[in-house]
Amino acid sequence: MDTAHIREIRSVIARGKRWDLAFAIVGIVCLMIGLLTVAALFVDMAVKGLPRISLEFFTNFPSRRAESAGILSAWVGSTLVMVVTAVTAVPIGAAAGVYLEEYAPRNWMTDVIEINITNLAGVPSIVYGLLALGLFVYQFGLGQSVLAAGLTLALLILPVVIVATRESIRAIPAAMREGSYALGATQWQTVRYHIIPYSMPGILTGVIIGLARAIGETAPIITIGALTFIAFLPSPPFQPEPPFLSFEWLFAPFTVMPIQMFNWTSRPEAAFQVNAAAAGFILVLMTLAMNGLAIWLRYRLRRNINW
Amino acid sequence: MEIARPEVQRFTGAADGAIKAAAGGLSFYYGAVNALRNINVPIHEKRVTALIGPSGCGKSTFLRCFNRMHDLYPGNRYEGEIRLFPDNTNLLAPEVDPIEVRMRIGMVFQKPNPFPKTIYENVAYGLRVRGERARRVIDEKVEQALKSAALWDEVKDRLQSLAFNLSGGQQQRLCIARCLATDPELLLFDEPTSALDPIATGSIEELIHKLKDRVTILIVTHNMQQAARVSDYTAYMYLGELVEFGRTDDIFVKPRDRRTEDYITGRMG
Repeated sequence: MDTAHIREIRSVIARGKRWDLAFAIVGIVCLMIGLLTVAALFVDMAVKGLPRISLEFFTNFPSRRAESAGILSAWVGSTLVMVVTAVTAVPIGAAAGVYLEEYAPRNWMTDVIEINITNLAGVPSIVYGLLALGLFVYQFGLGQSVLAAGLTLALLILPVVIVATRESIRAIPAAMREGSYALGATQWQTVRYHIIPYSMPGILTGVIIGLARAIGETAPIITIGALTFIAFLPSPPFQPEPPFLSFEWLFAPFTVMPIQMFNWTSRPEAAFQVNAAAAGFILVLMTLAMNGLAIWLRYRLRRNINW
Repeated sequence: MEIARPEVQRFTGAADGAIKAAAGGLSFYYGAVNALRNINVPIHEKRVTALIGPSGCGKSTFLRCFNRMHDLYPGNRYEGEIRLFPDNTNLLAPEVDPIEVRMRIGMVFQKPNPFPKTIYENVAYGLRVRGERARRVIDEKVEQALKSAALWDEVKDRLQSLAFNLSGGQQQRLCIARCLATDPELLLFDEPTSALDPIATGSIEELIHKLKDRVTILIVTHNMQQAARVSDYTAYMYLGELVEFGRTDDIFVKPRDRRTEDYITGRMG
């Protein structure tokens, strides 16, 4: 091959590589726009709020005096609502996902249901709030309670759980399913011994990502009438005398972190803005911790399952 | 193309042992695609029957009719019958539950597919599916099955470790043990060594040879040397039809059909 030809090839390659570089730069810029904005917000909140964060901030009820106001009722409320949400959304979402993947006949009805589940994920959360106000709060008479809020958020994240369940079921190789059926297993045996255990990492990840979204939800919780100022805790779930468990807390009035934040930001005093920043910082940490937990769980549970 | 039916019929009544199963007028459709056409072939009891033919000839499709694997997917349709003896049950009859068929007929897949569970649980699964709960019975059958699959000595000290930690050949023998634990009458092998190295392949072939004393075996292979090594009978399939069936020695030494001869001498496929 003559040198002229080789030179030509090299110049073609160089031209191609300029495009590689150009796209890489554009990509990095786009990525940074997203990342830096969030990082700036977070740092700003941290700088403002950090001085306010102390043990008392977690153990104090809200107060008219900003210095002694805390997030006790808010974080307890958020935690209890999340417990109700998780306990209802996991079994319902997982069962619905398993049904759609393993049992549902392939026909237009199933197609319609599938499309609508995807659509449900896009319904504005305030609409869920309105639905819950009519259904849970008034129709079922649950009142403005932890239970009503938990069920509302469960509805909200149900599509996420269903989609996550279906995706992790689809990731199970056909060879596992066939291996089980070939040994004479029924559909339920296959689901019980294989499909559910193998898709559990994916389901849990979906649930936690759904919960991370739900914990920051404000609109539907306000709609069903969460209190913005509350200076007592729901009754504890455990008690010293039999039956030891109490479910009274389910029906207690409550507030949650984002509402507490919203309440503080709408006050004129600057000191409350600091409180809002501190609460926001905690809320972001809670969300990050949940996402971290999802990643860790997926890693842990998937160690034994590598196809 | 007309199938050499008289020859097939002759073997159906062959004196060499009993017939364990027989396909009669079997056709199969994936939706509108006719994948198998009018297959007639006997499966001799406690013998190894090999199904050979070029890719896409329908040999795996045919094998998967025996345990109604096609029922798992919508749009598949069988015509004709597969009789299982001595009870003369038509495995393909709509009133016969595919689960019952699969409890009688085991299957080993192309790629080893142990479950992501322990070695013990993999072998015990078939028993659990059948409702066996007694720990002692399960322990004993797991040990027997692993011994029959020539795997016991390699795994007896680590029954509680994950099946994925085994080598490919060990995994495939585990899959065989998984089938043997429930004493199948017929064992289907779908190209069981195509994902394995020559040494592991050798040990599987040796195992198949040993197993035919207790179970009837039907094996799909695209390796003709393997068919010649392990099988007593060979069926050559081409384009969804059964071209020729006979004793493996006869098929390989003096095939009657031109197409069979072309295939085994390497002129086609």
